[in-house]
Amino acid sequence: MLYYLIRRSVSLLLTLALSTIVIFMVMEIVPGDPALIILGIGATDETIAALRQQMGLDLPLLTRYFQWVSGVLVGDLGTSYTYSVPVSELIAERSIVSLPLAIIALTLSTLIAIPTGILAASKRGQVTDTGIMGLTQLGIAIPNFWFAMLMVYIFAVILQWVPAGGFPGWDQGILAALKSLILPAIALALPQAAILSRVTRSALLEALGEDYIRTARAKGLTRSMVLWRHALRNAMIPVLTIMGLQFAFLLAGTIIIENVFYLPGLGRLIFQAITQRDLIVVESTVVLLVASVILINFLVDITYAWVDPRLQSERG
Amino acid sequence: MRYLKPATRHIAKGALALLLSSTALQFAVTNSAIGAMKNSVTLGMSLEPPHLDPTAGAAAAIDEVVYANVFEGLTRIDRNGVVKPALAESWSVSDGGKAYTFKLRTGVKFHDGTVFDADDVKFSLDRARGEKSTNAQKRLFKAITSVDVVDAATVKITLSSPAGNFLFNMGWGDAIIVGSESAENNKTTPVGTGPFKFSKWTKGLSIVLAKNDGYWGEQKVLDKAEFRIIPDAAAAVAALLAGDVDGFANFPSPEAIPQFQADPRFTVMVGSTEGETILSTNNKKKPFDDVRVRRAIAHAIDRKAIIDGAMFGLGTPIGTHFAPHHPAYVDNVNKYPHDIAKSKALLAEAGFPDGFKATIKLPPPTYARRGGEIVAASLREVGIDLEIIPVEWGQWLEQVFKGEVKDYDLTIVSHTEPQDIAIYANPGYYFQYDSKAFQDVMEKLNATVDTEGRYALMRQAQNIISEDAVNGYLFQLAKAGVWNAKLEGLWENSPVQANDLTEVHWKE
Amino acid sequence: MSDQSVENSKLVHIERETWRNFARKAMRNRSFTIGAAITLIILAMALISFFWTPFDVTKLEIIKRLKKPDATYIFGTDHFGRDMFSMIMVGSRNSIAVAFVAVAIGLVIGVPLGTLAAARKGFVEEVLMRFNDLVFAFPALLSAVMITAIFGPGAINAIIAIGIFNIPVFARLSRSAAMTIWPREYVMAARVAGKSSARITIEHILPNIANLLIVQATIQFSLGILAEAGLSYVGLGTQPPMPSWGRMLFEAQTMIGFAPHMALFPGIAIILAVLGLNLLGDGMRDLLDPKLRRER
Repeated sequence: MLYYLIRRSVSLLLTLALSTIVIFMVMEIVPGDPALIILGIGATDETIAALRQQMGLDLPLLTRYFQWVSGVLVGDLGTSYTYSVPVSELIAERSIVSLPLAIIALTLSTLIAIPTGILAASKRGQVTDTGIMGLTQLGIAIPNFWFAMLMVYIFAVILQWVPAGGFPGWDQGILAALKSLILPAIALALPQAAILSRVTRSALLEALGEDYIRTARAKGLTRSMVLWRHALRNAMIPVLTIMGLQFAFLLAGTIIIENVFYLPGLGRLIFQAITQRDLIVVESTVVLLVASVILINFLVDITYAWVDPRLQSERG
Repeated sequence: MRYLKPATRHIAKGALALLLSSTALQFAVTNSAIGAMKNSVTLGMSLEPPHLDPTAGAAAAIDEVVYANVFEGLTRIDRNGVVKPALAESWSVSDGGKAYTFKLRTGVKFHDGTVFDADDVKFSLDRARGEKSTNAQKRLFKAITSVDVVDAATVKITLSSPAGNFLFNMGWGDAIIVGSESAENNKTTPVGTGPFKFSKWTKGLSIVLAKNDGYWGEQKVLDKAEFRIIPDAAAAVAALLAGDVDGFANFPSPEAIPQFQADPRFTVMVGSTEGETILSTNNKKKPFDDVRVRRAIAHAIDRKAIIDGAMFGLGTPIGTHFAPHHPAYVDNVNKYPHDIAKSKALLAEAGFPDGFKATIKLPPPTYARRGGEIVAASLREVGIDLEIIPVEWGQWLEQVFKGEVKDYDLTIVSHTEPQDIAIYANPGYYFQYDSKAFQDVMEKLNATVDTEGRYALMRQAQNIISEDAVNGYLFQLAKAGVWNAKLEGLWENSPVQANDLTEVHWKE
Repeated sequence: MSDQSVENSKLVHIERETWRNFARKAMRNRSFTIGAAITLIILAMALISFFWTPFDVTKLEIIKRLKKPDATYIFGTDHFGRDMFSMIMVGSRNSIAVAFVAVAIGLVIGVPLGTLAAARKGFVEEVLMRFNDLVFAFPALLSAVMITAIFGPGAINAIIAIGIFNIPVFARLSRSAAMTIWPREYVMAARVAGKSSARITIEHILPNIANLLIVQATIQFSLGILAEAGLSYVGLGTQPPMPSWGRMLFEAQTMIGFAPHMALFPGIAIILAVLGLNLLGDGMRDLLDPKLRRER
């Protein structure tokens, strides 16, 4: 196990290092001069040069890469070109929206998915199962931005129950904050719930087919007792895996939904920074997100290996 | 699946009913902005300012938040585009227009409590024109040779040559007066002399201004003003309808305007801007170097389709590069009427009986993206096959605007700088238009002082570029403001890009 | 979501079943029949659009804009006066093309990588897995945004962005599936007989994992359609004048209050296409893999 841990840690660091290079190179070759974008069409060449120097863009490529990486390593994520504030401050500001949103969406999705998944598995082949599985298919197929558009129109514009978007800030009270997060959370949760429900069902069915379950059944336990006592516990592993991945996705993969609801989240920060060529914001934020995804994957793998030692050799 | 159907059908029916009945909207109105003594306002804006220092960036969004609200200059431009005194109470011109003596207002304090005086003026102007300046409009200060402090309340500015528009220039957002103690941090915590002081900026969401109790001028009505950043056009529509914001001084989606016009809760103001929206053409690139080809394009363009289709009727057709509301404007709209046959004939004459292929690079604004689609469809009818290439502003600036080689055939952009026809005199400008005749007219214009003489030359200049069909002249951009019907005092037109809140208030 | 269970499944040949038998079973499988029917309709729509559409989608007639659905324009017209039904027909072509090529990229690059890793293990496998981790670590949409920031938006770049994500999906799947085949007796026998691992892969491994790949390809295809719609919706995918379902939704969103038909029909088109393919994929999995069928 120790050897396995070390090997996985090394490859984790390797992936991280590689990703910093990829991010940096990509942002290097993206066309568009940040100084020119800030100063616009009226700017003279000397002003542009002055600003480039001020931003440190006149330094050689490698110097800038190592400056950035060494900064990130000691927790200094740099200063935004456009906002002129520390990137870490921006990330912190956005995280208080993105993090709760991801948590609410994941909670919603879990609350919907686990019971329906279990229900479908326990009624396998019956009307309930078919119905739930049909709904999950629909849930996967509905584009969430389209669904979000309809929800905004119905609940914000016509009924005016919730704001159409934006985020008042947590200092305006939990209720006000939750009100503006509920529609985006539903839009995000819908496809995730559909996927998770299917995973729950198939993981349960798979677990029910394992030998020890057959043994338990043979020992005289009823099907539902087996389901609750044994199968469920084992089925939780793939379910938790998917939840981990979904959380990582929800942190950053929400650009479109953040746009529909003009939420100041991490996804939109990156999107905006790319269009404004605020290179340092893109680089630092993306590397943080990538690191968190890699870390979650790592934890999932470790858990797997811990639960099922056979996998230690198989999973690189 | 069989069991799914009734349920889905039911839900779908419900949603459909809700959506299709536009009357539902009228009934469900509960206006969140009602409130008898409301003294705060929330305005939506599409683009977030990168920072809040108008002396260090070109973004219009900066001025839209701080101009006349947080920062003031020596002079200011009012809602009609007229120069008014601001921090300078009065001024006198001497030395044949080469020296300006400004009498400053006394008793003015910056938001941080420091006193405003002549030293701040000298500091601000020297900073803007200095070597290390990152002022986006450095050319505004080009004529200044020295700024001298006469006494605490008097400043004398000397110019190298007379400049007729100097007072107007000093009213730009880029020429506002900053405090020498606070200038350094204006990007994040702007400190000015205006009626509002900066309160809070939640990046990516909103900027809040609060009333400045120590303001030198008339006390204002509003206690608080919030600018909400809503980049998505659909979100903007929804935010207005849902009452999240009280208005948009510059509403991003013209297609939704009729909806607001029909709704008694809202006031829709369609005003003018200084934005000539043109099909910019690379005059040095083949085959666009041939005037017949450019004229053929001018005949192929259907302005009515563009204004109706892209802008839903908002905008005034133009036939040259000049604002139609200017007294010297020449109406050349019918110089090249929409005429497919004529266009084809011109193309054939130029050696392209079967048309040709070219590209059109479109920056992000709706007028460009939608207008570009319509232009492409129109040119297809005369055989010119345009490939549409959407670009971001960064790419547009780099590929089309800057650089030695202008890497484009056609593009659509709105030139929002006031009275900017002089750009045609610069052969290095991205149109790459090089006409001796035009350059001579501009030279004469610079040396002419009397208004009638200047107007005559301006008309001449407009006719030259129409004749040469330098660019495709499409329409003057309109400013469509939508706000709560109870809100008054916002600007109708955009002589400069600003949301001056000094006169904004709620009606009883 | 499902590779996990698919990966663990035992693989069974279908050669034993006669085709007739298979067809009879297929007709009885509800997921398969419904999915296949929807998919066929959309494919047919795409094919017909090459020769015929009710109206010309490249011609803009502003005066006819925003018409509600009626007998002439069954889905109404858009803001440029184009027929929505014709747009949806041509748009299907675009969705299918983008998703198809993206899946092909995944298959053509991912499967050789995956099977190679299974055959060679060691260094090759390590490199492949790191590449996998790297691609998976970048949130998909972010990468797409970055790719389009470099090359500019367009259908081709949407294909690349989606295709890159299909590579590790197929590489992972084919690697783990191939690894369950390698220890089998007949593979061992072939190895002892001196066949090269490349030949074994082609002769024995690929035929055995083909079913799995087909099922996964169907699912990736549907995800591709969804992804293309998302990218076009944010303006990074297909560009005008080529109609695209995602772009149609983008155009519709500010007019939803007075022209809801512009948002409803493209949305329903996307849902149907994705639903059809997913059902088809599910149905095929049931049919091709009796063990899973028993459990699912």
